[in-house]
Amino acid sequence: MKALSIRKLTKKYNNGFEALKGIDLDVDSGDFFALLGPNGAGKSTTIGIISSLVNATSGTVTIFGHDLHKDRERAKTCIGLVPQEINFNQFETVKHIVQIQAGYYGIGQKEARQRTERCLKQMDLWTQRDTVSRRLSGGMKRRVMIARAMVHSPKLLILDEPTAGVDIEIRRSMWELMEEVNKQGTTIILTTHYLEEAESLCRNIAIINNGQIVEHSDMASLLNRLNMDHFVLDLAAPVKAAPHCQGYQIDMISERSLSVGVPKEQGLNRLFEMLTAHDIKVISLKNKSNRLEQMFMDLVGSSAEQGL
Amino acid sequence: MNNSIAFWTIVTKEVRRFTRIWPQTILPPAITTSLYFLIFGKLIGDRIGPIGGVGYIDYIVPGVILMSVISHAYANVVSSFYSTKFQRNIEELLVSPVPNWVILAGYVSGGVVRGIMVGGVVTVISLMFADISIAHFGISAVVFILTATLFSLAGFINAVFADSFDDIAIIPSFVLTPLSYLGGVFYSVAMLPEIWQKISLVNPILYMINAFRYGLIGVTDVDIKFAFIITGCFIVVLSLFSLYLLKKGIGIKT
Repeated sequence: MKALSIRKLTKKYNNGFEALKGIDLDVDSGDFFALLGPNGAGKSTTIGIISSLVNATSGTVTIFGHDLHKDRERAKTCIGLVPQEINFNQFETVKHIVQIQAGYYGIGQKEARQRTERCLKQMDLWTQRDTVSRRLSGGMKRRVMIARAMVHSPKLLILDEPTAGVDIEIRRSMWELMEEVNKQGTTIILTTHYLEEAESLCRNIAIINNGQIVEHSDMASLLNRLNMDHFVLDLAAPVKAAPHCQGYQIDMISERSLSVGVPKEQGLNRLFEMLTAHDIKVISLKNKSNRLEQMFMDLVGSSAEQGL
Repeated sequence: MNNSIAFWTIVTKEVRRFTRIWPQTILPPAITTSLYFLIFGKLIGDRIGPIGGVGYIDYIVPGVILMSVISHAYANVVSSFYSTKFQRNIEELLVSPVPNWVILAGYVSGGVVRGIMVGGVVTVISLMFADISIAHFGISAVVFILTATLFSLAGFINAVFADSFDDIAIIPSFVLTPLSYLGGVFYSVAMLPEIWQKISLVNPILYMINAFRYGLIGVTDVDIKFAFIITGCFIVVLSLFSLYLLKKGIGIKT
Protein backbone atom coordinates (compact mmCIF):
# COMPACT_ATOMS: atom_id res chain seq x y z
CA MET A 1 0.00 0.00 0.00
CA LYS A 2 1.12 3.51 -0.73
CA ALA A 3 1.68 5.65 2.34
CA LEU A 4 1.49 8.72 0.14
CA SER A 5 0.33 9.23 -3.39
CA ILE A 6 0.40 12.65 -5.03
CA ARG A 7 -1.01 13.31 -8.48
CA LYS A 8 -0.72 16.45 -10.63
CA LEU A 9 -0.26 18.65 -7.57
CA THR A 10 0.02 22.35 -8.33
CA LYS A 11 0.33 25.41 -6.16
CA LYS A 12 0.21 28.96 -7.39
CA TYR A 13 0.54 31.65 -4.71
CA ASN A 14 -1.43 34.89 -4.78
CA ASN A 15 1.65 36.78 -5.98
CA GLY A 16 1.67 34.58 -9.10
CA PHE A 17 4.62 32.41 -8.04
CA GLU A 18 4.11 28.82 -9.19
CA ALA A 19 5.67 26.74 -6.42
CA LEU A 20 4.52 23.35 -7.72
CA LYS A 21 3.97 22.58 -11.39
CA GLY A 22 1.97 19.36 -11.36
CA ILE A 23 4.11 16.92 -9.40
CA ASP A 24 3.48 13.18 -9.03
CA LEU A 25 5.01 11.37 -6.07
CA ASP A 26 4.60 7.94 -4.45
CA VAL A 27 5.94 6.76 -1.11
CA ASP A 28 5.53 3.12 -0.12
CA SER A 29 4.28 2.08 3.28
CA GLY A 30 7.21 1.47 5.65
CA ASP A 31 9.65 3.45 3.52
CA PHE A 32 12.27 5.91 4.74
CA PHE A 33 11.97 8.47 1.98
CA ALA A 34 14.09 11.55 1.26
CA LEU A 35 12.53 14.60 -0.38
CA LEU A 36 15.40 16.85 -1.36
CA GLY A 37 15.79 20.08 -3.24
CA PRO A 38 17.45 23.49 -3.03
CA ASN A 39 15.84 26.35 -1.12
CA GLY A 40 12.65 27.52 -2.80
CA ALA A 41 12.34 24.35 -4.89
CA GLY A 42 8.90 23.42 -3.55
CA LYS A 43 9.71 20.99 -0.70
CA SER A 44 8.05 22.99 2.06
CA THR A 45 5.04 23.74 -0.13
CA THR A 46 4.63 20.03 -0.84
CA ILE A 47 4.88 19.17 2.84
CA GLY A 48 2.58 22.08 3.72
CA ILE A 49 -0.10 20.71 1.38
CA ILE A 50 0.27 17.13 2.68
CA SER A 51 -0.11 18.37 6.26
CA SER A 52 -2.99 20.78 5.46
CA LEU A 53 -1.05 23.95 6.23
CA VAL A 54 -1.12 25.11 2.62
CA ASN A 55 -4.09 25.02 0.23
CA ALA A 56 -3.31 23.24 -3.04
CA THR A 57 -4.34 24.93 -6.28
CA SER A 58 -5.16 21.60 -7.96
CA GLY A 59 -4.27 17.91 -7.82
CA THR A 60 -4.84 15.12 -5.32
CA VAL A 61 -3.08 13.88 -2.20
CA THR A 62 -3.92 10.41 -0.87
CA ILE A 63 -2.57 9.20 2.47
CA PHE A 64 -2.87 5.47 3.15
CA GLY A 65 -5.77 5.35 0.70
CA HIS A 66 -7.62 8.33 2.19
CA ASP A 67 -8.09 11.33 -0.07
CA LEU A 68 -6.95 14.42 1.84
CA HIS A 69 -9.79 16.47 0.35
CA LYS A 70 -12.69 14.00 0.51
CA ASP A 71 -11.73 11.94 3.57
CA ARG A 72 -9.88 14.61 5.47
CA GLU A 73 -10.29 13.31 9.02
CA ARG A 74 -8.94 9.80 8.34
CA ALA A 75 -6.15 11.12 6.13
CA LYS A 76 -5.03 13.60 8.78
CA THR A 77 -5.11 10.99 11.54
CA CYS A 78 -2.35 9.11 9.66
CA ILE A 79 0.08 12.06 9.68
CA GLY A 80 2.56 13.36 12.22
CA LEU A 81 4.52 16.49 11.31
CA VAL A 82 7.82 17.76 12.67
CA PRO A 83 8.05 21.21 11.07
CA GLN A 84 11.18 23.08 10.16
CA GLU A 85 10.68 25.89 12.69
CA ILE A 86 9.76 25.69 16.36
CA ASN A 87 6.00 26.16 16.45
CA PHE A 88 4.80 25.06 19.86
CA ASN A 89 3.48 27.37 22.57
CA GLN A 90 6.60 28.72 24.25
CA PHE A 91 4.67 29.33 27.48
CA GLU A 92 3.43 25.76 27.92
CA THR A 93 5.29 23.04 29.73
CA VAL A 94 6.78 20.18 27.72
CA LYS A 95 4.23 17.74 29.15
CA HIS A 96 1.25 19.91 28.26
CA ILE A 97 2.42 20.50 24.69
CA VAL A 98 2.42 16.77 24.02
CA GLN A 99 -0.78 16.07 25.97
CA ILE A 100 -2.69 18.84 24.19
CA GLN A 101 -1.68 17.41 20.82
CA ALA A 102 -2.97 13.98 21.93
CA GLY A 103 -6.28 15.63 22.81
CA TYR A 104 -6.54 17.09 19.31
CA TYR A 105 -6.47 13.52 18.01
CA GLY A 106 -9.32 12.49 20.30
CA ILE A 107 -7.13 10.62 22.79
CA GLY A 108 -8.63 10.69 26.30
CA GLN A 109 -6.78 12.21 29.26
CA LYS A 110 -5.60 9.00 30.90
CA GLU A 111 -4.24 7.52 27.70
CA ALA A 112 -2.82 10.90 26.66
CA ARG A 113 -0.81 11.00 29.91
CA GLN A 114 0.53 7.48 29.32
CA ARG A 115 1.45 8.23 25.71
CA THR A 116 3.07 11.51 26.71
CA GLU A 117 5.21 9.73 29.29
CA ARG A 118 6.25 7.09 26.74
CA CYS A 119 7.11 9.65 24.03
CA LEU A 120 9.00 11.95 26.39
CA LYS A 121 10.99 9.05 27.79
CA GLN A 122 11.78 7.91 24.25
CA MET A 123 13.04 11.41 23.48
CA ASP A 124 14.98 11.56 26.74
CA LEU A 125 12.84 14.50 27.87
CA TRP A 126 10.96 13.00 30.81
CA THR A 127 13.02 14.87 33.38
CA GLN A 128 12.12 18.11 31.57
CA ARG A 129 8.39 17.41 31.51
CA ASP A 130 7.44 20.31 33.79
CA THR A 131 9.86 22.78 32.22
CA VAL A 132 8.34 25.71 30.34
CA SER A 133 9.30 25.02 26.74
CA ARG A 134 10.98 28.36 26.02
CA ARG A 135 13.66 27.46 28.59
CA LEU A 136 14.76 24.36 26.66
CA SER A 137 17.88 24.15 24.52
CA GLY A 138 17.55 24.06 20.72
CA GLY A 139 18.09 20.30 20.56
CA MET A 140 15.51 19.66 23.27
CA LYS A 141 12.96 21.81 21.46
CA ARG A 142 13.45 19.72 18.33
CA ARG A 143 12.89 16.56 20.35
CA VAL A 144 9.72 18.03 21.87
CA MET A 145 8.41 18.50 18.35
CA ILE A 146 9.18 14.87 17.51
CA ALA A 147 7.48 13.67 20.71
CA ARG A 148 4.46 15.83 19.88
CA ALA A 149 4.29 14.46 16.33
CA MET A 150 4.47 10.86 17.55
CA VAL A 151 2.02 10.98 20.44
CA HIS A 152 -0.91 9.74 18.33
CA SER A 153 1.24 6.99 16.73
CA PRO A 154 1.04 8.27 13.14
CA LYS A 155 1.56 5.86 10.27
CA LEU A 156 3.34 8.57 8.28
CA LEU A 157 5.88 10.82 10.00
CA ILE A 158 7.03 13.88 8.07
CA LEU A 159 10.32 15.36 9.24
CA ASP A 160 11.03 18.75 7.71
CA GLU A 161 14.72 19.39 8.35
CA PRO A 162 14.57 17.93 11.87
CA THR A 163 18.29 18.23 12.53
CA ALA A 164 18.79 21.78 11.27
CA GLY A 165 20.93 23.73 13.70
CA VAL A 166 21.57 20.92 16.19
CA ASP A 167 25.03 19.75 17.16
CA ILE A 168 26.52 16.58 15.74
CA GLU A 169 25.99 14.52 18.90
CA ILE A 170 22.27 15.28 19.02
CA ARG A 171 22.02 14.79 15.26
CA ARG A 172 23.50 11.30 15.52
CA SER A 173 21.14 10.38 18.36
CA MET A 174 18.20 11.69 16.33
CA TRP A 175 19.28 9.55 13.36
CA GLU A 176 19.26 6.48 15.59
CA LEU A 177 15.84 7.44 16.87
CA MET A 178 14.43 7.95 13.37
CA GLU A 179 15.81 4.59 12.26
CA GLU A 180 14.22 2.93 15.28
CA VAL A 181 10.84 4.58 14.58
CA ASN A 182 11.04 3.46 10.96
CA LYS A 183 11.94 -0.11 11.98
CA GLN A 184 8.79 -0.18 14.11
CA GLY A 185 6.76 0.31 10.91
CA THR A 186 6.29 4.08 10.65
CA THR A 187 6.78 5.48 7.18
CA ILE A 188 9.10 8.48 7.26
CA ILE A 189 9.46 11.32 4.79
CA LEU A 190 12.57 13.36 5.48
CA THR A 191 13.65 16.66 4.03
CA THR A 192 17.13 17.81 4.88
CA HIS A 193 20.01 19.87 3.65
CA TYR A 194 22.45 17.37 5.17
CA LEU A 195 22.73 15.02 2.22
CA GLU A 196 24.90 12.67 4.24
CA GLU A 197 21.82 12.25 6.48
CA ALA A 198 19.58 11.33 3.55
CA GLU A 199 22.19 9.01 2.04
CA SER A 200 22.68 7.03 5.22
CA LEU A 201 19.03 6.88 6.36
CA CYS A 202 16.78 6.79 3.31
CA ARG A 203 16.00 3.96 0.92
CA ASN A 204 14.14 6.00 -1.70
CA ILE A 205 14.50 9.55 -2.85
CA ALA A 206 12.86 12.31 -4.83
CA ILE A 207 14.60 15.50 -5.83
CA ILE A 208 12.46 18.54 -6.49
CA ASN A 209 13.64 21.62 -8.31
CA ASN A 210 11.70 24.64 -9.58
CA GLY A 211 8.42 22.99 -8.60
CA GLN A 212 9.04 19.78 -10.52
CA ILE A 213 10.28 16.33 -9.56
CA VAL A 214 13.60 15.90 -11.38
CA GLU A 215 14.48 12.52 -9.85
CA HIS A 216 12.37 9.81 -8.21
CA SER A 217 14.11 6.49 -7.59
CA ASP A 218 15.74 4.28 -5.00
CA MET A 219 18.89 5.57 -3.37
CA ALA A 220 21.13 2.66 -4.45
CA SER A 221 20.40 2.92 -8.16
CA LEU A 222 20.68 6.70 -8.04
CA LEU A 223 24.14 6.50 -6.51
CA ASN A 224 25.18 3.79 -8.98
CA ARG A 225 24.58 6.27 -11.76
CA LEU A 226 27.27 8.48 -10.34
CA ASN A 227 30.28 7.67 -12.53
CA MET A 228 32.88 9.88 -10.95
CA ASP A 229 34.24 10.26 -7.40
CA HIS A 230 36.05 13.37 -6.30
CA PHE A 231 39.03 13.29 -3.92
CA VAL A 232 41.39 15.77 -2.33
CA LEU A 233 45.01 14.59 -2.19
CA ASP A 234 47.46 16.01 0.35
CA LEU A 235 51.02 15.99 -0.99
CA ALA A 236 54.31 15.43 0.81
CA ALA A 237 56.10 18.12 -1.23
CA PRO A 238 54.81 21.21 -3.05
CA VAL A 239 54.12 21.11 -6.81
CA LYS A 240 54.19 24.02 -9.28
CA ALA A 241 51.39 22.76 -11.55
CA ALA A 242 48.78 20.02 -11.68
CA PRO A 243 50.29 16.92 -13.32
CA HIS A 244 48.73 15.56 -16.49
CA CYS A 245 47.37 12.04 -15.89
CA GLN A 246 45.47 10.49 -18.83
CA GLY A 247 41.84 9.64 -17.87
CA TYR A 248 41.80 11.74 -14.67
CA GLN A 249 40.71 15.29 -14.08
CA ILE A 250 43.28 16.95 -11.82
CA ASP A 251 43.18 20.56 -10.53
CA MET A 252 45.42 22.36 -8.09
CA ILE A 253 43.88 23.53 -4.85
CA SER A 254 47.20 24.70 -3.42
CA GLU A 255 50.86 23.82 -3.77
CA ARG A 256 50.37 20.88 -1.43
CA SER A 257 46.88 19.66 -2.38
CA LEU A 258 45.17 18.50 -5.54
CA SER A 259 41.54 17.91 -6.48
CA VAL A 260 41.11 14.73 -8.54
CA GLY A 261 38.07 13.46 -10.43
CA VAL A 262 38.30 9.67 -10.60
CA PRO A 263 36.04 7.87 -13.12
CA LYS A 264 34.66 4.63 -11.66
CA GLU A 265 36.13 2.48 -14.44
CA GLN A 266 39.62 3.89 -13.82
CA GLY A 267 40.00 3.37 -10.07
CA LEU A 268 42.75 4.76 -7.83
CA ASN A 269 45.64 2.31 -8.38
CA ARG A 270 46.52 3.61 -11.84
CA LEU A 271 46.30 7.20 -10.56
CA PHE A 272 48.88 6.49 -7.86
CA GLU A 273 51.17 4.82 -10.40
CA MET A 274 50.98 7.90 -12.63
CA LEU A 275 51.54 10.29 -9.72
CA THR A 276 54.55 8.24 -8.62
CA ALA A 277 55.88 8.52 -12.17
CA HIS A 278 55.58 12.31 -11.78
CA ASP A 279 57.56 12.00 -8.53
CA ILE A 280 54.55 13.12 -6.49
CA LYS A 281 54.11 11.51 -3.08
CA VAL A 282 50.57 11.44 -1.61
CA ILE A 283 50.39 11.42 2.18
CA SER A 284 46.58 11.32 2.58
CA LEU A 285 43.32 11.53 0.64
CA LYS A 286 39.71 12.32 1.49
CA ASN A 287 36.35 12.50 -0.33
CA LYS A 288 35.74 15.99 -1.65
CA SER A 289 31.98 15.63 -1.22
CA ASN A 290 29.67 12.78 -0.39
CA ARG A 291 28.25 10.86 -3.31
CA LEU A 292 24.66 12.04 -2.98
CA GLU A 293 25.80 15.63 -2.80
CA GLN A 294 27.56 15.22 -6.13
CA MET A 295 24.50 13.60 -7.71
CA PHE A 296 22.25 16.27 -6.23
CA MET A 297 24.36 19.05 -7.70
CA ASP A 298 24.38 17.32 -11.09
CA LEU A 299 20.60 16.84 -11.16
CA VAL A 300 19.70 20.28 -9.88
CA GLY A 301 22.26 21.87 -12.19
CA SER A 302 21.05 20.02 -15.28
CA SER A 303 17.37 20.73 -14.55
CA ALA A 304 18.22 24.42 -14.23
CA GLU A 305 20.04 24.32 -17.59
CA GLN A 306 17.00 22.69 -19.20
CA GLY A 307 14.83 25.46 -17.79
CA LEU A 308 12.76 23.05 -15.68
CA MET B 1 -12.22 10.74 16.11
CA ASN B 2 -13.74 11.89 19.38
CA ASN B 3 -14.65 15.54 18.82
CA SER B 4 -15.73 16.11 22.42
CA ILE B 5 -12.18 15.30 23.63
CA ALA B 6 -10.72 17.74 21.12
CA PHE B 7 -13.25 20.37 22.18
CA TRP B 8 -12.47 19.99 25.90
CA THR B 9 -8.75 20.01 25.13
CA ILE B 10 -9.09 23.45 23.53
CA VAL B 11 -11.34 24.77 26.31
CA THR B 12 -9.04 23.47 29.05
CA LYS B 13 -6.01 24.92 27.31
CA GLU B 14 -7.74 28.29 27.03
CA VAL B 15 -8.90 28.35 30.65
CA ARG B 16 -5.44 27.34 31.86
CA ARG B 17 -3.95 30.13 29.74
CA PHE B 18 -5.98 32.97 31.20
CA THR B 19 -6.01 31.68 34.78
CA ARG B 20 -2.21 31.30 34.66
CA ILE B 21 -1.97 35.05 33.99
CA TRP B 22 -4.84 36.07 36.32
CA PRO B 23 -3.18 39.36 37.37
CA GLN B 24 -3.58 40.43 33.72
CA THR B 25 -6.95 38.85 33.02
CA ILE B 26 -9.06 38.68 36.19
CA LEU B 27 -7.66 41.31 38.54
CA PRO B 28 -7.85 44.47 36.35
CA PRO B 29 -11.67 44.37 35.87
CA ALA B 30 -12.06 43.97 39.62
CA ILE B 31 -10.10 47.18 40.22
CA THR B 32 -11.68 49.13 37.33
CA THR B 33 -15.23 48.28 38.29
CA SER B 34 -14.58 49.02 41.97
CA LEU B 35 -13.56 52.53 40.85
CA TYR B 36 -16.67 52.84 38.63
CA PHE B 37 -18.94 51.93 41.51
CA LEU B 38 -17.09 54.17 43.93
CA ILE B 39 -16.90 57.26 41.70
CA PHE B 40 -19.97 57.03 39.44
CA GLY B 41 -22.12 55.05 41.82
CA LYS B 42 -21.39 56.45 45.26
CA LEU B 43 -19.79 59.87 44.86
CA ILE B 44 -21.58 61.17 41.75
CA GLY B 45 -24.54 58.79 41.73
CA ASP B 46 -25.93 60.07 45.03
CA ARG B 47 -26.40 63.48 43.41
CA ILE B 48 -28.01 62.13 40.19
CA GLY B 49 -31.05 60.50 41.71
CA PRO B 50 -33.02 57.44 40.57
CA ILE B 51 -33.49 56.32 36.95
CA GLY B 52 -36.46 54.14 35.98
CA GLY B 53 -37.47 53.97 39.61
CA VAL B 54 -34.17 52.55 40.89
CA GLY B 55 -31.16 54.19 42.53
CA TYR B 56 -28.40 55.28 40.17
CA ILE B 57 -25.82 52.80 41.47
CA ASP B 58 -28.29 49.92 41.07
CA TYR B 59 -29.07 51.18 37.57
CA ILE B 60 -25.45 51.09 36.37
CA VAL B 61 -24.57 47.67 37.87
CA PRO B 62 -25.94 45.55 34.96
CA GLY B 63 -24.20 47.69 32.35
CA VAL B 64 -20.88 47.62 34.16
CA ILE B 65 -21.06 43.84 34.54
CA LEU B 66 -21.97 43.29 30.90
CA MET B 67 -19.36 45.79 29.69
CA SER B 68 -16.71 43.70 31.49
CA VAL B 69 -18.09 40.52 29.96
CA ILE B 70 -18.02 42.05 26.46
CA SER B 71 -14.47 43.35 26.68
CA HIS B 72 -13.00 40.25 28.32
CA ALA B 73 -14.74 37.66 26.16
CA TYR B 74 -13.52 39.58 23.12
CA ALA B 75 -10.01 40.12 24.50
CA ASN B 76 -9.61 36.48 25.44
CA VAL B 77 -10.30 35.08 22.00
CA VAL B 78 -8.59 37.80 19.98
CA SER B 79 -5.37 37.67 21.99
CA SER B 80 -5.28 33.89 22.36
CA PHE B 81 -6.06 33.04 18.75
CA TYR B 82 -3.75 35.74 17.40
CA SER B 83 -0.91 34.53 19.67
CA THR B 84 -1.57 31.02 18.37
CA LYS B 85 -1.16 32.36 14.84
CA PHE B 86 1.84 34.48 15.78
CA GLN B 87 3.72 31.60 17.45
CA ARG B 88 2.54 29.33 14.63
CA ASN B 89 1.18 26.75 17.03
CA ILE B 90 -2.11 27.07 15.11
CA GLU B 91 -0.33 24.50 12.94
CA GLU B 92 -0.84 21.93 15.73
CA LEU B 93 -4.58 22.29 15.15
CA LEU B 94 -4.46 22.52 11.37
CA VAL B 95 -2.40 19.33 11.03
CA SER B 96 -4.75 17.44 13.36
CA PRO B 97 -8.17 16.07 12.34
CA VAL B 98 -10.08 18.55 14.55
CA PRO B 99 -13.05 19.84 12.51
CA ASN B 100 -13.35 23.59 12.02
CA TRP B 101 -16.54 23.86 14.06
CA VAL B 102 -14.78 22.27 17.04
CA ILE B 103 -11.89 24.75 16.76
CA LEU B 104 -14.37 27.63 16.71
CA ALA B 105 -16.51 26.21 19.52
CA GLY B 106 -13.43 25.59 21.67
CA TYR B 107 -12.03 29.11 21.35
CA VAL B 108 -15.45 30.75 21.76
CA SER B 109 -16.14 28.65 24.85
CA GLY B 110 -12.80 29.77 26.29
CA GLY B 111 -13.94 33.38 25.79
CA VAL B 112 -17.31 32.63 27.38
CA VAL B 113 -15.67 31.03 30.43
CA ARG B 114 -13.47 34.07 30.90
CA GLY B 115 -16.55 36.29 30.48
CA ILE B 116 -18.33 34.27 33.18
CA MET B 117 -15.35 34.47 35.55
CA VAL B 118 -14.84 38.20 35.06
CA GLY B 119 -18.62 38.81 35.22
CA GLY B 120 -18.71 36.81 38.45
CA VAL B 121 -15.92 38.86 40.01
CA VAL B 122 -17.56 42.15 38.96
CA THR B 123 -20.93 40.94 40.29
CA VAL B 124 -19.41 40.14 43.68
CA ILE B 125 -17.81 43.59 43.80
CA SER B 126 -21.08 45.25 42.78
CA LEU B 127 -22.82 43.61 45.74
CA MET B 128 -20.50 45.56 48.02
CA PHE B 129 -21.86 48.83 46.63
CA ALA B 130 -25.41 48.08 45.44
CA ASP B 131 -28.40 46.18 46.74
CA ILE B 132 -29.42 43.93 43.84
CA SER B 133 -32.16 41.32 43.98
CA ILE B 134 -32.33 39.54 40.63
CA ALA B 135 -35.65 40.19 38.86
CA HIS B 136 -35.48 37.51 36.13
CA PHE B 137 -32.58 35.10 36.67
CA GLY B 138 -33.21 33.09 33.48
CA ILE B 139 -33.16 36.16 31.24
CA SER B 140 -30.03 37.49 32.97
CA ALA B 141 -28.19 34.19 32.51
CA VAL B 142 -29.18 33.76 28.85
CA VAL B 143 -28.28 37.36 27.92
CA PHE B 144 -25.00 36.98 29.77
CA ILE B 145 -24.05 33.80 27.87
CA LEU B 146 -25.28 35.05 24.48
CA THR B 147 -23.39 38.32 24.83
CA ALA B 148 -20.18 36.53 25.81
CA THR B 149 -20.64 34.17 22.85
CA LEU B 150 -21.24 37.00 20.39
CA PHE B 151 -18.17 38.97 21.42
CA SER B 152 -16.00 35.86 21.55
CA LEU B 153 -16.98 35.25 17.93
CA ALA B 154 -16.18 38.85 17.06
CA GLY B 155 -12.78 38.47 18.75
CA PHE B 156 -12.13 35.32 16.75
CA ILE B 157 -12.83 37.08 13.44
CA ASN B 158 -10.59 39.99 14.47
CA ALA B 159 -7.77 37.54 15.27
CA VAL B 160 -8.14 35.75 11.93
CA PHE B 161 -7.67 39.00 10.02
CA ALA B 162 -5.01 40.47 12.34
CA ASP B 163 -1.47 40.70 10.99
CA SER B 164 0.09 42.41 13.99
CA PHE B 165 -0.55 43.06 17.68
CA ASP B 166 -1.72 46.56 16.68
CA ASP B 167 -4.55 44.99 14.70
CA ILE B 168 -5.95 43.26 17.77
CA ALA B 169 -6.01 46.50 19.75
CA ILE B 170 -7.79 48.69 17.17
CA ILE B 171 -11.30 47.23 17.40
CA PRO B 172 -11.46 47.13 21.23
CA SER B 173 -10.16 50.71 21.50
CA PHE B 174 -11.97 52.39 18.66
CA VAL B 175 -15.17 50.35 18.30
CA LEU B 176 -16.01 48.26 21.36
CA THR B 177 -15.26 50.77 24.10
CA PRO B 178 -17.18 53.68 22.48
CA LEU B 179 -20.15 51.43 21.64
CA SER B 180 -20.20 50.06 25.20
CA TYR B 181 -20.10 53.53 26.81
CA LEU B 182 -22.72 54.81 24.35
CA GLY B 183 -24.85 51.70 24.86
CA GLY B 184 -26.51 53.03 27.97
CA VAL B 185 -24.18 51.65 30.64
CA PHE B 186 -24.31 54.83 32.72
CA TYR B 187 -27.57 56.39 31.50
CA SER B 188 -30.97 55.67 30.06
CA VAL B 189 -31.32 56.52 26.37
CA ALA B 190 -34.62 58.19 27.33
CA MET B 191 -32.45 60.95 28.86
CA LEU B 192 -30.99 61.78 25.41
CA PRO B 193 -32.38 64.23 22.82
CA GLU B 194 -34.68 62.47 20.33
CA ILE B 195 -32.16 62.41 17.50
CA TRP B 196 -29.54 60.72 19.72
CA GLN B 197 -32.12 58.27 20.97
CA LYS B 198 -32.70 57.18 17.34
CA ILE B 199 -28.98 57.00 16.60
CA SER B 200 -28.45 54.92 19.76
CA LEU B 201 -30.89 52.31 18.46
CA VAL B 202 -28.39 51.19 15.78
CA ASN B 203 -25.92 50.27 18.52
CA PRO B 204 -26.34 46.51 19.14
CA ILE B 205 -24.72 46.73 22.58
CA LEU B 206 -27.60 48.93 23.72
CA TYR B 207 -30.01 45.98 23.31
CA MET B 208 -27.80 43.56 25.22
CA ILE B 209 -27.19 45.93 28.11
CA ASN B 210 -30.87 46.73 28.39
CA ALA B 211 -31.90 43.08 28.19
CA PHE B 212 -29.43 42.26 30.94
CA ARG B 213 -30.63 45.23 32.98
CA TYR B 214 -34.17 43.95 32.59
CA GLY B 215 -33.06 40.52 33.80
CA LEU B 216 -31.28 41.94 36.84
CA ILE B 217 -33.42 44.88 37.97
CA GLY B 218 -36.51 44.74 35.73
CA VAL B 219 -35.80 48.05 33.93
CA THR B 220 -35.24 48.45 30.16
CA ASP B 221 -35.30 51.04 27.38
CA VAL B 222 -35.89 48.49 24.59
CA ASP B 223 -38.14 45.55 23.70
CA ILE B 224 -36.60 42.40 25.25
CA LYS B 225 -37.77 40.10 22.44
CA PHE B 226 -36.17 42.36 19.86
CA ALA B 227 -32.95 42.36 21.90
CA PHE B 228 -32.87 38.54 21.82
CA ILE B 229 -33.57 38.47 18.06
CA ILE B 230 -30.75 40.93 17.34
CA THR B 231 -28.26 39.08 19.54
CA GLY B 232 -29.26 35.71 18.05
CA CYS B 233 -28.97 37.00 14.48
CA PHE B 234 -25.50 38.42 15.16
CA ILE B 235 -24.37 35.10 16.65
CA VAL B 236 -25.62 33.12 13.64
CA VAL B 237 -24.04 35.48 11.10
CA LEU B 238 -20.69 35.70 12.91
CA SER B 239 -20.57 31.90 13.43
CA LEU B 240 -21.18 31.22 9.75
CA PHE B 241 -18.62 33.82 8.74
CA SER B 242 -16.03 32.38 11.15
CA LEU B 243 -16.58 28.86 9.77
CA TYR B 244 -16.21 30.21 6.24
CA LEU B 245 -12.88 31.84 7.19
CA LEU B 246 -11.63 28.59 8.74
CA LYS B 247 -12.73 26.52 5.74
CA LYS B 248 -10.95 28.81 3.30
CA GLY B 249 -7.96 29.14 5.62
CA ILE B 250 -8.09 32.93 5.31
CA GLY B 251 -5.44 34.48 7.54
CA ILE B 252 -4.17 31.11 8.74
CA LYS B 253 -3.11 29.18 5.63
CA THR B 254 -1.19 30.18 2.52
